[in-house]
Amino acid sequence: MTLLEAEGLAVERAGRTVVGVDRLALGEGETLVLLGPNGAGKTTLLLALASLLPARGTLRWRGEPITSGLAYRRRIAVVFQRPLLLDRSVQENAELGLALRGVGRAERARRVREALGALGVAHLASRHARHLSGGEAQRVSIARAIAVDPEVLFLDEPFGGLDAPTREALTADLARILRGRAAGTVLVTHDRDEALSLGDRVAVIIRGSVRQDDRADTVFAMPADPEVAAFVGVDNVLPAHVIASTEDLTVLSVAGCTIEVAAVPPGGDDFPLLCVRPDDIVLTLGEDTGSARNALPSTVVRCEPIGRRVRVILDSGFPLVAHVTVTSAREMGLAPGQEVTASFKATVPHLLPRHRARPV
Amino acid sequence: MDLIVQGLAGALERVARLDPDVMAAASASLAVSGTATLLSVLLGVPLGVVVGLARFRGRGLVLSLTNTGMAFPPVVVGLFVVVAIWRSGPLGGLDALCTREAMIAAQFILAFPTVLGLTAIALQGMDPMLRTQIAALGATRLQAGWLLAREAQLPLLTAAMAGFGAVISEVGASVMTGCNLKDDTRILTTAILLESNKGQFDVAFALSFILLAIVFAINAVTTWAQQRKRPL
Repeated sequence: MTLLEAEGLAVERAGRTVVGVDRLALGEGETLVLLGPNGAGKTTLLLALASLLPARGTLRWRGEPITSGLAYRRRIAVVFQRPLLLDRSVQENAELGLALRGVGRAERARRVREALGALGVAHLASRHARHLSGGEAQRVSIARAIAVDPEVLFLDEPFGGLDAPTREALTADLARILRGRAAGTVLVTHDRDEALSLGDRVAVIIRGSVRQDDRADTVFAMPADPEVAAFVGVDNVLPAHVIASTEDLTVLSVAGCTIEVAAVPPGGDDFPLLCVRPDDIVLTLGEDTGSARNALPSTVVRCEPIGRRVRVILDSGFPLVAHVTVTSAREMGLAPGQEVTASFKATVPHLLPRHRARPV
Repeated sequence: MDLIVQGLAGALERVARLDPDVMAAASASLAVSGTATLLSVLLGVPLGVVVGLARFRGRGLVLSLTNTGMAFPPVVVGLFVVVAIWRSGPLGGLDALCTREAMIAAQFILAFPTVLGLTAIALQGMDPMLRTQIAALGATRLQAGWLLAREAQLPLLTAAMAGFGAVISEVGASVMTGCNLKDDTRILTTAILLESNKGQFDVAFALSFILLAIVFAINAVTTWAQQRKRPL
């Protein structure tokens, strides 16, 4: 059942459309992630979906157009990147949404106790909000939101301002809470890992438009266009041309190298784009002895450490990017000029049409 | 120099023995200025919240008029109030000239723009995301205004104190509307004016000390409240 549906939603600033969405829907019990780079319009879209920003278009609640913004806002809850707690105790802050809805004192106390407990901050109930750490304050902010038992929970980068350990702990707690809820959730993030771990569906927002709206694993495995591919971490988007094609296998040429792909070129395009995730490429010293159908003799151009992994830029007859762990890179002694074999299975690549029309 | 020393000594002696004339002027001052400030807060804070938060046609004009009102010369306000309540004036039927009510009206006109203007500035300067968060919590406009005003309680306290400060120390409007009647409309500032004109510097000093003590106490309370809290 569709809970919330936006149609022809547009937000304008200074006469310019900053967000324009043809259609976006949220199902019951579903977590929809609005994923996109900074400044893409994710927060603006979330505010428009939450009826907190003037926007053109139609918002429908269970199929009916929303006519009263206030009545709608009392069905939902929003958590922002900053906790935005008021100058009062944790208990009073967490009760606020319920108090504004006219819920009685005893019921408020019961629901807030549950919500604070679920977020692991029940022991802070009597503490003043200004004496909380950033992580504690954000937990209280989420407790305040879930205390009203919203039918849709909007989360605008709720872990953005937190340190890594706090962020990981809170993400795990939130994932557990979301799994136990029948309501829908809209989560704004630019973090791909967060999108994958929390989202059922992902809508990729780039320059104010929804460029892809699909199951989370589909978006990451089969991005809809090169910009989406780049944002979801598909660093290798290579122009190819079809040499031969059967029902389940396509043979392509990329800069003269033959590559086999277990996919059909979209729309019968003879010149598709070949997408390969760097994480799906295996590097070996010497000749590859594995089962991968594509094994490309390559030369290491340079190695760039990115956290616990190393980004290896290769010359495989064309530029190719692979990711290996720091340990693997050290054990293999990867260094510029080194000869390696870059392998990937035929099922790994995804094909894109080269000239895909983009939504306006 | 002797004059000042004698004046100070006499002032301390009058304050110590709670001189009836000095105490009467002090209590009249607190009553008149306190009432005028209270009325200004009751009317100025809600209107300031509306002007600070709402966007409506003519808002800029309201803010300009308010800012102008914050700089009203007290004697001009006194003149307008006197003309209004003069026997032949539009409010002559009230027979309010030389009464505390007339003084309160004049002081209200002086304090009200200060309270309204500073309230509007305080609300306007609040984090816009806090407004969004409160709306997202399901607040009506009235509830949102109340919650935001509570969040801005420190600037609102400053606004009230600024309003009180503006009227407790003014003399022009009070002497014109209240006529400086002993044990009735004589307040600290008008009494200081009278006593210094008479050359009774010890009395004028005593009254000045009390006035300064009141102003100091107000600032001390405001400063204490400001320092007690740090932003979230």
